[in-house]
Amino acid sequence: MRRYPEKPQKVYYFGTCLVDMMYPEAGMAGIKLIQREGVKVIYPLRQTCCGQPAYNSGFPDEAKTVARKQIELFTENFPIVVPSGSCAGMMRHHYPKLFANDPDSERAINFSKNIYELSEFLVHVLDVKLEDRGDPINVTWHSSCHALREMRTTEDSKLLIRGLKNVNLIELQNETECCGFGGTFAIKQPAISAAMVKDKTDDIRQTGSARFISGDCGCMMNISGALQHDKVQIDGQHLAEFIWERINDNPSTG
Amino acid sequence: MSEGSRERIFSRLHAASRQTSTPDSQPPGLPILEYSRKEKIEKLKTLMEAMRTEVYICSVKNWENNLAEILRQRNVKSLLYAPQTDIGQALENYWENASGQALQLIPYENDIEQFKETVFNVDAGITSAAGAIAETGALILWPSEKEPRLMSIVPSIHIAVLKADTIHNTLLDAMQKENWPERIPTNIVLVSGPSKTADIEMTLAFGVHGPKALIVLILED
Amino acid sequence: MTIHQQVDFDDNVSRALNDSQLIKNTKAAMGTLVAKRKAIFPDETEIEQLRTLGNALKQKALSKLPQLLEQLEEKCIQNGIKVHWAETTSEANHQVLDIMRSHGATSLVKGKSMVSEEMELNAFLQKNGIEALETDLGEFIIQLNHEKPTHIIVPAIHKNKDQISKIFHEKIPNTPYTEDVAELTAIARKILRKKFNEAEIGLSGVNFAVAETGTLCLVENEGNGRMCTTVPGVHIALMGLEKVVEKLEDLPPLLRLLTGSATGQLITTYVNMITTARKQGEKDGPKEVHLIILDNGRSQIFADPDRRQTLQCIRCGTCLSHCPVYNRIGGHAYGYTYPGPIGKILNPQVEGLKAAGVLATASSLCNSCEEVCPVKIQIPDLIRRIRNESYSKDPASTMEGHGYKRNLLETLTWKVWEKINTYPVINAVGLKILSVLGIKLPQIGPLKNWTRYRATPELAPKSLHELVKHHGVDHE
Repeated sequence: MRRYPEKPQKVYYFGTCLVDMMYPEAGMAGIKLIQREGVKVIYPLRQTCCGQPAYNSGFPDEAKTVARKQIELFTENFPIVVPSGSCAGMMRHHYPKLFANDPDSERAINFSKNIYELSEFLVHVLDVKLEDRGDPINVTWHSSCHALREMRTTEDSKLLIRGLKNVNLIELQNETECCGFGGTFAIKQPAISAAMVKDKTDDIRQTGSARFISGDCGCMMNISGALQHDKVQIDGQHLAEFIWERINDNPSTG
Repeated sequence: MSEGSRERIFSRLHAASRQTSTPDSQPPGLPILEYSRKEKIEKLKTLMEAMRTEVYICSVKNWENNLAEILRQRNVKSLLYAPQTDIGQALENYWENASGQALQLIPYENDIEQFKETVFNVDAGITSAAGAIAETGALILWPSEKEPRLMSIVPSIHIAVLKADTIHNTLLDAMQKENWPERIPTNIVLVSGPSKTADIEMTLAFGVHGPKALIVLILED
Repeated sequence: MTIHQQVDFDDNVSRALNDSQLIKNTKAAMGTLVAKRKAIFPDETEIEQLRTLGNALKQKALSKLPQLLEQLEEKCIQNGIKVHWAETTSEANHQVLDIMRSHGATSLVKGKSMVSEEMELNAFLQKNGIEALETDLGEFIIQLNHEKPTHIIVPAIHKNKDQISKIFHEKIPNTPYTEDVAELTAIARKILRKKFNEAEIGLSGVNFAVAETGTLCLVENEGNGRMCTTVPGVHIALMGLEKVVEKLEDLPPLLRLLTGSATGQLITTYVNMITTARKQGEKDGPKEVHLIILDNGRSQIFADPDRRQTLQCIRCGTCLSHCPVYNRIGGHAYGYTYPGPIGKILNPQVEGLKAAGVLATASSLCNSCEEVCPVKIQIPDLIRRIRNESYSKDPASTMEGHGYKRNLLETLTWKVWEKINTYPVINAVGLKILSVLGIKLPQIGPLKNWTRYRATPELAPKSLHELVKHHGVDHE
């Protein structure tokens, strides 16, 4: 069990490259959820990517160059909140390995200790109280593999959803199975990836949910993309954006 | 040829080993389990029965009666036994005195090379069990000169006679309490039931190559 | 290194994905195995402790590997077991052949052995006029059908009952068609019982070899292993050199992990511990016992401190059962000896990267395997390592075929990616241009693989960087 700090005055926010490029509203929602608790959010503008795409694809040197740039930006010793289990996992669990035998090894380890996935931070550090102002809705939850197995924050995410009183969370039958994204896996083994996402979308459809919620934009891009390709009208939404929408009368963050 | 290979393999292993450090202290071992005598018998019986073993609790005074009944019910006509064991002696005495029993006691007295057809065609084989393991529901078979190995695997029915006070809590217990490393015989077999497989569509089927039936007589008192 | 026939993985995958019966059979069986494992290890804390212990015991053994192998050999020889060392599978095959020839034997009965699959022993013996008859029911079935095993534990699981019934009916003379599992089993029992009776030579694998006492430990449910290792006058045992453990008392936790992970059992029907050949005065058991210890690349794997953990594997097969990729392509698609996650890391290290490196692409790095591995092998990390080596031009690399995948497109792509993500100004400007022009991800080259199955992702009109500035969020 991870030990969590007291509520801090300030946190860093690491948006992640996918959020930055494609789901910025989700990123903004995460920031606002933290600010709402009276915590100052600092977003170093020079941040880019955690390096995972290269790290997983066989290009560790390139990954390390990029990772080092990120570490250099987060100079103070306060929490770094990340709206992605996958990127959080990379920085928390893999940076120490990536920087083993490197002069920046200690810095990397310290950096990694400060990494928190958004859900776990909202639940265990900020203890957020959510008042659901939305209409009744059925949703289902998909967890990224790294949120589930590396960061272990899936239960925190589901706790947040269940905290919204008008939201009915219907669990997937095969919740713990990978959606088939795997970064470049989707490109290198497209047919296997497609078979996996097909099963995931079938599972989502059989829940009868209007929407699927996820904490990871890689998965979301993958699953939404497949649903859209098959012309299925189920939207995917990032957990932060979903929560922000539900607790606000005017949820616009754009 | 093998010699050269051996040298090369070891030279690589030794070279690599020089870079290794022995790992730090061992993590905690398996949980220690302590069952009462009664619990041991219960647990053994329950687990073995779940694996389709037939378990009978008998008295040490008249287990041969139970055996006779079991053999009669199963229409066993020939029983392979080890004449130089206590069980063997008991069986000889019992069947000498028993009348009207159409049972042929077949002593395992010859080497297998002269005895194979008999072993393969006998209806049942009976052996002692040197002990048992309550935690996992298994007998400990300890074949020997007197009680050869094939007795418990070739005949379609295997009957094992077990003294209740030889049941251990766990396998580790058995190994430690009976000092297996110092006394290890040619062969030890742990047996938890009749032979089985799930190779066809994960459907459980019993009686594959080993015995189709395992019958355990636990001798109490 | 073994020279196996080059495998066309992409073709295999394609065929497997289109074989709906295969996928159905595989998923059903794997679902059962996954559920059984979960049921036998209900307490999460306990199984975690057990895995930690398993990991420690195997690491301990590996840390003393040469010493333990020397001790094992010494004990075995003392106990009358002949020990042979084989650097290559070819050597091992010849050692088996020599033993056969020394007895003038033309057939042997076989218990299940993945090492014998590595050796392609059956085919080798057949070429030399010797019949190697599989006696494990699953192996027996696939041998009838001239196939290789599809799973480490349940070799015929890609076949359903109908298919097996058909195989029995068509390939075994005078066999009526039946789908009754008990009847099918009885047919196999009858045939193989005769073979056990007649066999002069029996062959088996080894699950654990105990250095302390020179004991070979084998687990099984069917009884064919005991028949093969006890009835014939000669027993040949095959093991990879990583199978040695230090002490007899290391066995209980390892056995628990193996049987629990493999088949969801507390214990298998039989746990067979063999220490000597037939002693003076004993009436049965083989008079001659041989132990062939195979290297085939393991000592090279051992030499690499990070890759060494590959050798912790106890061949339980649970990584296969839990793998979403294995569940969808089955075991044969992998082409080489070992399927599934362990295959993705072991085959490339044994066969060389050029031949088997492609297997490492068939993973989404979901970590399901690592989560359940009884000896805590960090399989995803090793998959990454193999990917790294596939592109690496580091002359100090010890992996055969390293750098084989280097190509201009990928090298450039990641270099550009690196620059974009190291110089945020390029990043910001680039993104702005792309989004203003409304350019979606190009449907070219490998990216076409995405759009074949999914809608093209769109760039947002404003990046998070821009939104953050707009909303006045602090940036330092």
